[in-house]
Amino acid sequence: MSPEPQEIKIPPIRNGTVIDHITSGQALNVLKILGVNEDNIDSTISIGIHVATSHEEMKWKDIVKLEDMEIDSEAADKIALIAPQATISIIRDYYVADKYSVRLGDTVVGLVRCSNPNCITNKGEPVSSRFFVESRCPPKLRCMYCDRDLTNISAHLR
Amino acid sequence: MDFYDKDLVSIRDLSREDIEYILDLSKQMVPYALGEKVHRALDGRILGNLFFEPSTRTKLSFESAAHRLGCDVIDVSEMSMTSIAKGETLADTIRMVDAYCDVIVLRHPYEGAARLAADVSINPVINAGDGAGSHPTQMLLDLFTMKEAKGSLDGLNVTLLGDLKYGRTVHTLAQALTMFGVNLTLVAPESLQMPDDIVGRLKEKGCLKKQTDNIEDVISDSDVLYVTRIQRERFPDPAEYQKVADTYRIDNNLLRSARDDMIIMHPLPRVNEIATEVDSTPHARYFQQAFNGVPVRMAILCAILGGEMQ
Repeated sequence: MSPEPQEIKIPPIRNGTVIDHITSGQALNVLKILGVNEDNIDSTISIGIHVATSHEEMKWKDIVKLEDMEIDSEAADKIALIAPQATISIIRDYYVADKYSVRLGDTVVGLVRCSNPNCITNKGEPVSSRFFVESRCPPKLRCMYCDRDLTNISAHLR
Repeated sequence: MDFYDKDLVSIRDLSREDIEYILDLSKQMVPYALGEKVHRALDGRILGNLFFEPSTRTKLSFESAAHRLGCDVIDVSEMSMTSIAKGETLADTIRMVDAYCDVIVLRHPYEGAARLAADVSINPVINAGDGAGSHPTQMLLDLFTMKEAKGSLDGLNVTLLGDLKYGRTVHTLAQALTMFGVNLTLVAPESLQMPDDIVGRLKEKGCLKKQTDNIEDVISDSDVLYVTRIQRERFPDPAEYQKVADTYRIDNNLLRSARDDMIIMHPLPRVNEIATEVDSTPHARYFQQAFNGVPVRMAILCAILGGEMQ
């Protein structure tokens, strides 16, 4: 008899942000999209990859805990690009002070590059990439310039 | 939409009503395009013709359309003589040309170039083809040609043949035809079939009848056969071009199984894909189609620049 899947025991954090229900395999891309790296953070980051979950729509998930760092809702919504079912919990003194789901807006500017190498946004012009959000779950973007669909978003993060 | 002072960049800028408005206005323009009547509705206006890629029909028909309406044209005949050759960005080039004219017509090898130009230009921008992307004015003259030949676009059986992967004309045309409930058949070698995202949109609209690589199977059921050239210049690898070059050739033998009133269109230039013997048959509409570029572009210029046709 196989054991029941259990949540991994990543230690709770006193203050900071817990990003849960990240699409499995996307934890590092979540850090990338938030711009978190060794050069700009002084606290601990805990990452769980391929964690069993009882979530009704996913069998495996990733989880990220950022100590002493609170991300705002604007930054959180960027996560919806690669993990549309992610939830954000803001932790203060071990209690959940705020909790919400991520949600993509109607457009995405500058966060991903167009997958079309012949798109004008990939040709050294002074222009940011811009996409219409065609679908939120799964996320599907369409380039405002060349009109191509972008489905493999995580491979094209800036 | 009210076309006045608006950009024409993509099929997405247009509704069915917008297209019908331009087609109706184009019909009014025919006697002026033929020189039978004269009207200087755009007297004193200036069109900036910016062609970063070779063009014969599109460039000349825009010039002709402008001149027929009394509009002056400025252009650059040789891009290597301009600051673009010195590394100037497209955005800066557009800002400069924008200051010299009232409307910009742009052809460019990169997809999305016209949208970028429209973003930075104060005056309206008309997309005259951007890479393998959109070519909305060609689409409008194609629809005008079909409508004039068939009386209506609704419910037509249209077969698109040739390079459906790289051919911007057919990308734009296929999407426009979905607004008219057309039944589309796509005929191309597997390596040159329509891009998946466009096929997906055609399926969503319920307009995709069939995809095949065999024209003989479908020609008898076609009201319109739209032929495109397999474009050598769009292939990164010449060996890949050789594999598919001369795959299709429309000749009188093949046309024996076509309907008597089926029309053949082609955005031109053709190479070998339509035999010259077809030119004298009632099926051939490609030279009429080329002429139609003038009244349709007159209509577009008039609508965007606010010309009054009394």
